[in-house]
Amino acid sequence: MTRNSFTPGVPRRALALPLAGIAAGALASPAIAQGAPLRLGLMLPFSGTFASLGENIAQAVELHLNERGGRMGGRPVQVIRLDDESNPANAVANVNRLLGRDRVEAVIGTVHSGVVMALVQASRERGVPLIIPNAGNAAATRELCAPTIFRTSFTNWQPAYGMGLALGRQGVKRAAWITWDYAAGNEAGEGFRDGLRASGGEVVRELKLPFPETNFQPLLAQIPGLNVEAVGSFFAGGGAVQFVREYAAAGLRDRVPLCGSGFLTEGTLAAQGAAAEGIRTALHYGDGLDTPKNRAFRSGFRERTNRDADVYAVQGYDAAQLLGIGLDATRGDPTAEQPLARAMRAARIDSPRGAFTLSPSHNPVQTIYLREARGGLNQVIGVAAEALADPGTGCRMA
Amino acid sequence: MDFPGLAAQLLNGVQHGLLLFLISSGLTLIFGVMGVINLAHGSLFMLGAYLAFVVTGMGAPLWLALPAAMLGGALLGAVLERGLFRRFYTRDHLDQVLLTFALILLFEEARSLLLGNDFHSVPVPALLDFSIPVTEGFAYSAYRFAVLAVCILVAGLMFLGLERTRLGSAVRAAAEKPEMVQLLGLDARRIHLVVFALGTALAMLAGALAAPLLSVYPNMGDGFLIISFVVVVVGGVGSVAGAFWGALLIGLVDTLGKAYLPEVAGLSIYVLMAGVLLWRPAGLFARGA
Repeated sequence: MTRNSFTPGVPRRALALPLAGIAAGALASPAIAQGAPLRLGLMLPFSGTFASLGENIAQAVELHLNERGGRMGGRPVQVIRLDDESNPANAVANVNRLLGRDRVEAVIGTVHSGVVMALVQASRERGVPLIIPNAGNAAATRELCAPTIFRTSFTNWQPAYGMGLALGRQGVKRAAWITWDYAAGNEAGEGFRDGLRASGGEVVRELKLPFPETNFQPLLAQIPGLNVEAVGSFFAGGGAVQFVREYAAAGLRDRVPLCGSGFLTEGTLAAQGAAAEGIRTALHYGDGLDTPKNRAFRSGFRERTNRDADVYAVQGYDAAQLLGIGLDATRGDPTAEQPLARAMRAARIDSPRGAFTLSPSHNPVQTIYLREARGGLNQVIGVAAEALADPGTGCRMA
Repeated sequence: MDFPGLAAQLLNGVQHGLLLFLISSGLTLIFGVMGVINLAHGSLFMLGAYLAFVVTGMGAPLWLALPAAMLGGALLGAVLERGLFRRFYTRDHLDQVLLTFALILLFEEARSLLLGNDFHSVPVPALLDFSIPVTEGFAYSAYRFAVLAVCILVAGLMFLGLERTRLGSAVRAAAEKPEMVQLLGLDARRIHLVVFALGTALAMLAGALAAPLLSVYPNMGDGFLIISFVVVVVGGVGSVAGAFWGALLIGLVDTLGKAYLPEVAGLSIYVLMAGVLLWRPAGLFARGA
C-alpha cells in the first residue's frame, strides 16, 4: 500500500528516459555549477544484530569521501544515514522515506538480503543508482539485474565456489555439504558443488536443517558413515559459532576436515576458540594481505574508528570508490543513467582486497582467497579462485 | 546399513526425547489438571535458556543457572497462576489461547528490549568440556551425557513425587478426573498452584540445560512448543508417564527421520500423531482408553 503512494502507475524510469537529455543539458548543469550538494543515502543497519556491519560500511564510505575531499564529480556529497534495522517488514517504507522525504540521488545499501530487495525494486522502477555493499543474494545481479544496480561485495555462490574448487585441487573426490535450508545456504551449496565438480570432485550428500534451528546432532552423526574426505558448510554468526563447536565436540574435526564459505569463521573466531583452529574457508578478503593499498586502508580505518577493518568495511569503501568513478565521469550527475552505468561497468576498482572489475551483470570479478583459522585470525594461505565471476544466470540488461 | 551411525542416532533420539519430556510433562499436567492450553510454554523454555545466557555472561557457572531456572520458574509460574490463569479456568479455550498468545508476545518483547535479538552462544561448563567416543568416528560431549543424566534424575524424582506423596496422588487424581478433586474434598486451588509452578519450573530448567547445546536466539521455543503438543497428544493428556514414553518415541522418530528420510522428516512426527489419534484417540497412555 505504501509503495503505491510513491510509485505512479507508469514506472518513473520510463518517464525519466526521454527527459534525461533535456535534464542533463538544461537543468542539472546549473545545479552542478552552483555546487549543490549531492544527497547520498546510506541505508544500513545501525541497530540490531547487524549493527556493527552497517557501522563499518558507513565509516568506510565516509573514509573514502574524506580522501576525496568530500566531493564526487565536483559536487560536495551530503551523506544521509537511515537505519533499516535489517527488518524486511519495514524495508519498503524505509526506501520510500529515503527517496521521498530525504530526496537522495544515489543509495549505498544494505546488509540484509531480504531488505535489499526493496532497494533493488526501487532502483529498477525509479532509476536511482544503487550500490550493494554486502547482501549476497544472487537475484540482485542475476534475474533482477538492472543498469543502475551494482554490487561491490559478493554473491553467496562465489566464496563457496572457490572453496569447492580449492578442495578438488587438493585431491578431494568425495565431500558432503551442510547448511541451513534457506536461500543463502542453498546458493552457497550450488557454488560449492559447481566448484568441486570443476576440479574433479563430487558432493555426495547434502545435509540440511531448517533455519535457524541448531540441533545439528542428527546431521553430524551421519558424517562418519558417508565415507567423505571433507565437509563443506555455510553458516554465519551465532549459528556458525554453535556449529563449529558441535563439529569439534562430535570428534569429527580431526577425521573429516571442515571447510566452508568464509562467513563460517568471519567475526566469530573469538567465540569459537580452539574448535575453529585449522578450519579452511574461502572469501574475497582475509587477514595478512600485505599490499600497499590494504595497509593504507587498514591504517586509515583504524585511525578513524579505533577498530580493525573487516571485509564489510572493505565492501563499503569500494562501494564509495565505485560511485565516485561513476559521478566523476558524469560530472556529478547521478541521473545520467547510461554514461554513469558505462563508467561504473568499465571501472577497475583499486580495492584493499586486490583490484577487481565488474561482470556484465555488475557483480565483482574477484580473487577468492583460501584462508586458515590460526590464533584468532583468518590467515590468507593462497588463492582459491582467480578472477572469479558469478555466472549471472538470467540477467538480461535492458 | 551403517550400524555405528544408527547407534549414534538412537542416542541422539533418546537425548532429544528426554529434553522434550522436561518440557511436555509440565504442558500435559497443566492441560490435564486445569484444562488450559498454554501456548506460552515454549516462551518459558526460551526464558530459561536466556537465563542461562545471563548467568554465565556474568561469569557465574552454569550450575548456578539450573537451580535459578527452577526457583525462578516456580515463582514466575505461581505469579502467572495467581494473577492470570486462575481467572481463565472456566472460560472457553479461545479466551485461554488469546491469553497465552499475548504472553508469548510479552515475553518475546521483553527479551528483545532487555537482551536484544542476537544469537548468543552459551559456554559449556569447563569441567565437562571434553568428548567421549561413542562409536567409531563419532563422539559425544560430556555435557550431553550430563544433560541426559539430569533429565533422567528429574524424571525419576517426578515419578516418586507423583506416586509416593499425598500431594502427588492428588495431582494425579486431578489430572485424570478433574471432578474427583471436588468430590474428595481436596484443595483444588493449591493443586493448581503447585502444578503450574512445577510445569513452569521444568520448562525453564529444560531451557537452561539446553542453552549450551542450542545457543539462545529469539523465538527458540516455538519449535519445541509444537513438538511438545505432539508429545502430549500421543502420550495422552494429563499423563506424565504418557509424556515420558511419548517424548522418547517422538524424539527417536524425529531424529531418525531427519537422519534417514530427510525428504519427509518434517512430516514424520505428524504422521505418527495422526496414526495414534486414529488408533487410540485419547493417546497411548490414557487410562481407561
